[in-house]
Amino acid sequence: MTDYYNFKNIKCVIWDLDNTIWNGVLTEDISVSLKDGIAHIIKTLDSRGILNSVCSRNEYEDAVKKLKDFGIYEYFLYPQINWGNKSESVKRIAELLNISIDSILFIDDQQYELDEVKSIHPGINCLNASDYKLLPELPCVNPRFITEDSARRRQMYIDDDNRKKDEESYSGPKGKFLQSLNMQLCIKKAEEKDLRRLEELTIRTHQLNTTGRTYDYDELLGIINSDKYILLAAELNDIYGSYGKIGLVLLERKQQEIKIKLFILSCRVMNRGIGTIILNEIVKAAREASMGLSAEFVHTDRNKIMYVTLKFANFIEADTSDEEDIVILYNDLSVVNNNPPHINIITEKEWI
Amino acid sequence: MDLTKKIRDFINENLIVFDDDAEFTDSDNIFALGFVNSLFAMKLVSYVENNFNIKVANEDLRIENFNSVDNIAAFINSKTQL
Repeated sequence: MTDYYNFKNIKCVIWDLDNTIWNGVLTEDISVSLKDGIAHIIKTLDSRGILNSVCSRNEYEDAVKKLKDFGIYEYFLYPQINWGNKSESVKRIAELLNISIDSILFIDDQQYELDEVKSIHPGINCLNASDYKLLPELPCVNPRFITEDSARRRQMYIDDDNRKKDEESYSGPKGKFLQSLNMQLCIKKAEEKDLRRLEELTIRTHQLNTTGRTYDYDELLGIINSDKYILLAAELNDIYGSYGKIGLVLLERKQQEIKIKLFILSCRVMNRGIGTIILNEIVKAAREASMGLSAEFVHTDRNKIMYVTLKFANFIEADTSDEEDIVILYNDLSVVNNNPPHINIITEKEWI
Repeated sequence: MDLTKKIRDFINENLIVFDDDAEFTDSDNIFALGFVNSLFAMKLVSYVENNFNIKVANEDLRIENFNSVDNIAAFINSKTQL
């Protein structure tokens, strides 16, 4: 049980229903009652930007009706209510949310179910439903800051789901659909009010991340007050709503060279072409300022996609590097691409 | 199925284009034609690795190896003939 206090940051809590969210078994007793304080716990997690989902063996329609009667249905993303294995349902939720298994907390009253899920997904965090009252206090569901983005996180996933559904049913070319979104990408120097979210991005984002280094609020505050660094924040909006602050670029100014110390993009925008656009904007800015451009990269077990993105944006790996583990890539600024037609890009004139 | 046709089919299926009639020849630069995002780039690399049983090393990850059907085919040939 002490283990609970060592869990790493949780992005989603997956709840069983029978004898976990409510007392009793729905198929045996239609008049089940909510467990004491459970609605409050779910709403509290939600307000902290932690997602909730459901994994239950039950009749789908009966269970959904119950959740609606209790007024908590809207808090659950992609509820999996079926008679299949829970490990399968958990996997589906992780895929639909595009988060890794080790950022999920699974709650069930049956040790058998906890064991089954754990045997297939060793990285998952499990909590026995009898301990549910401990949950709100656990460090793993208490992020350091509640940001504007975290409070809206569930809504952003719902917006995203609507986009996906419309995208799938769209019959024309994919690019035309993207154009119909009227995307607007805004790249600006970070201000103090952005820093909590940017800290969160460095902690939460692992795939589209050049170095995996994390920076906390105070370090970022030092950075924006220093002449040596330029910190950029990228925000994306479209007709469905705002994706919020989805990207961060940390540039270091060194004589006649700019170095990308860190480049992070939320995986929610992985197929939007944003990475290429931002790199292209940096290339343009470096050219205009007659500065050289390089990027640091640290390989991790998850960020190959960012390496590919850099390579395909004409960054070339140098033969040597001063530090082990750190790869330096140079861009000779010979290629400036036209930005794709589907995104309206707003940047500040002078970055550098 | 011949190599270039296979590659063309994969790109047709995965590349995002803005025009229904967008067509590309085997020598056209697909990075200039449609819009290449990180996910497509990653899929393309995995496709080449998994379907032709080759390892794309870090030094092989250059845009010249991947920016047209012809170049991808030439790259695959150079790797499989080793």
